[in-house]
Amino acid sequence: MSKILEIHDLKREFRMGTETVRALKGVSFEVNAGEFVTIMGSSGSGKTTLLNILGCLDKPSSGLYQLDGVDISKLSRDDLARLRNRKIGFVFQAYNLLARTSALENVELPLLYNAELTAHDRREKAIKALEAVKLAERLDHMPNQLSGGQQQRVAIARALVNEPVMILADEATGNLDTRTSYEIMALLQELNQAGKTIVFVTHEPDIASFSSRTVMLRDGKVIRDSQNENVRSARQALSELPVTDDY
Amino acid sequence: MNIFNLIRIALKALQRNKLRAFLTMLGIIIGVGAVIAMVAIGQGSKQSIQDQLSSMGSNMITIRPNSNMSVGGGARLDASTLQTLKLEDVKAIEQQAKYITAVSPQVSGRGQAINGALNWPTTIQGVSPNYLDIRDWPLKDGVPFGDNDVKAASKVCLIGQTVAENLFSGGESPVGKTIRFNKIPFKIIGVLAEKGENAFGQDQDDIILAPYTTVQKRILAITYIQNIFASALDENSSTLATAEVSQILRTAHKLKPADDDDFLVRTQAELISTFSSTSQLLTVLLAAIAGISLVVGGIGIMNIMYVSVTERTKEIGLRMSIGARGIDILLQFLIEAILISITGGLIGIALGITASRLITVFLSWPTLVSESSIVLSFIVCTVTGVFFGYYPAVKASRLDPIEALRYE
Repeated sequence: MSKILEIHDLKREFRMGTETVRALKGVSFEVNAGEFVTIMGSSGSGKTTLLNILGCLDKPSSGLYQLDGVDISKLSRDDLARLRNRKIGFVFQAYNLLARTSALENVELPLLYNAELTAHDRREKAIKALEAVKLAERLDHMPNQLSGGQQQRVAIARALVNEPVMILADEATGNLDTRTSYEIMALLQELNQAGKTIVFVTHEPDIASFSSRTVMLRDGKVIRDSQNENVRSARQALSELPVTDDY
Repeated sequence: MNIFNLIRIALKALQRNKLRAFLTMLGIIIGVGAVIAMVAIGQGSKQSIQDQLSSMGSNMITIRPNSNMSVGGGARLDASTLQTLKLEDVKAIEQQAKYITAVSPQVSGRGQAINGALNWPTTIQGVSPNYLDIRDWPLKDGVPFGDNDVKAASKVCLIGQTVAENLFSGGESPVGKTIRFNKIPFKIIGVLAEKGENAFGQDQDDIILAPYTTVQKRILAITYIQNIFASALDENSSTLATAEVSQILRTAHKLKPADDDDFLVRTQAELISTFSSTSQLLTVLLAAIAGISLVVGGIGIMNIMYVSVTERTKEIGLRMSIGARGIDILLQFLIEAILISITGGLIGIALGITASRLITVFLSWPTLVSESSIVLSFIVCTVTGVFFGYYPAVKASRLDPIEALRYE
């Protein structure tokens, strides 16, 4: 299996006035293509810092980070932007869709920053991505006309549209109720089975149980890195949820 | 990153905030509209003054006695009573001046013109036949008087349109009729074409022209002349002609080098430039006031763009996280600012032209929309967009994507 990302002895320090805060104190792990990894940890564990570095939004103070064979420590701000555009698909907790902009245009957004594509290509790819998240009938809906779960699916489509090597999700189910969370996890599991590498940051063990591997952080260090013996199926979990009257 | 994509992104961003974009534009619309309308008013009045002055004959040079010169020490005298200009001066200019094509003496007096039961107070001017060429004044009817009439001091005259209207009623042709001016009979041999008011609001058609000899002898009983009118080769040589005439007259009047001129030489070009500089000042003042509103409009853009950058911090963070480089963000906001100011500028130009037309129609002020003011204000508002849009755009492009994404 090919390595999608490899980090080795990653450290990140912030200077707060006279004090130096060491958010990451030497983190090492690898992610292979096709894995579904959750990164877990309580607040203050360094998982947000790690996520920012994995997402090429931030650079480590020291240590190695290779994404798809590229060492990002040598790259400029613009090169990092290009890398984010071509290799990473972000999914955020708050969806971060542009208001008053149709689902289709929201999904097209990353492609606008890729000069190689024509308007026709963009539209075709965006429609395909929206079909993949089962929103083909909602192309022209504005975010305020969609439910939370649907908005997150648009955001996932936006993450998929540039065919990234890795989808990076940051508490992607944090704003959703249990049922909708499971629906999103089911969708991610499907995408994973179709070959997408997913790195999912969460603090909910319940959500982590749907992934194939869990990396646990505490105080800036990896305290556990384990394969999940029995991965739960989100589809099945969904069917086992009690049907409530108020739903 | 392709520029068309950036324009598309900026257009979509503006579409999402139509009202705000329009309000921002309003400053530019009013600024550009005001500049164009104000300059049009200034240029219009300048043009109309120039037209009026040119109607007096644009190459014309007037020479009159210098009233500032004290005669015999003591009281200064009115120019018309000074007797320093003589017929010999006219002859000297005629013979010696190279830059003068025509020259005519002029004497004038006021009196009552009478035709039967009708009478009219007017001015009679005694001139030579050249005068009509100098003033660029054609005849509407009849023939001009000639050198023979001057020599013989004939009692013939040409009358202006106003005089014709007041002395002859009901479409009667004045040519061939005889009128009396201060009891002296004059035969009308021609009617002057209508010339309208001059720059000072005087009716130029309220006049009778007669040979200067006739007026000198029969009406004023004088031998000197009051003014000399001359025509320069063309407008450009009027300065040379002025110097030349001054030199000839100084020699003719036997003035010593230390003496002041006892005459004044004025060109029409000088008069035009005096009036032009006044209306130029008016134009500049109006344009400056309007320009200030354009700057205020620009500051409005800057203000809104700053607010917009802050308000859209999260959007900027998102765009950066999905691959927008700093320059992409910078260009997006810059293009938004430029689009706002260009659109505002175009609307402002339309508004300015419309306003100028309305001013002419409803206030009867002459206006002249000049291409240069349109081009200039358009350039200024584009530059305004770039200038005032740049700093907010730079601020946006330098945002840290992590902080921007977390911004609430």
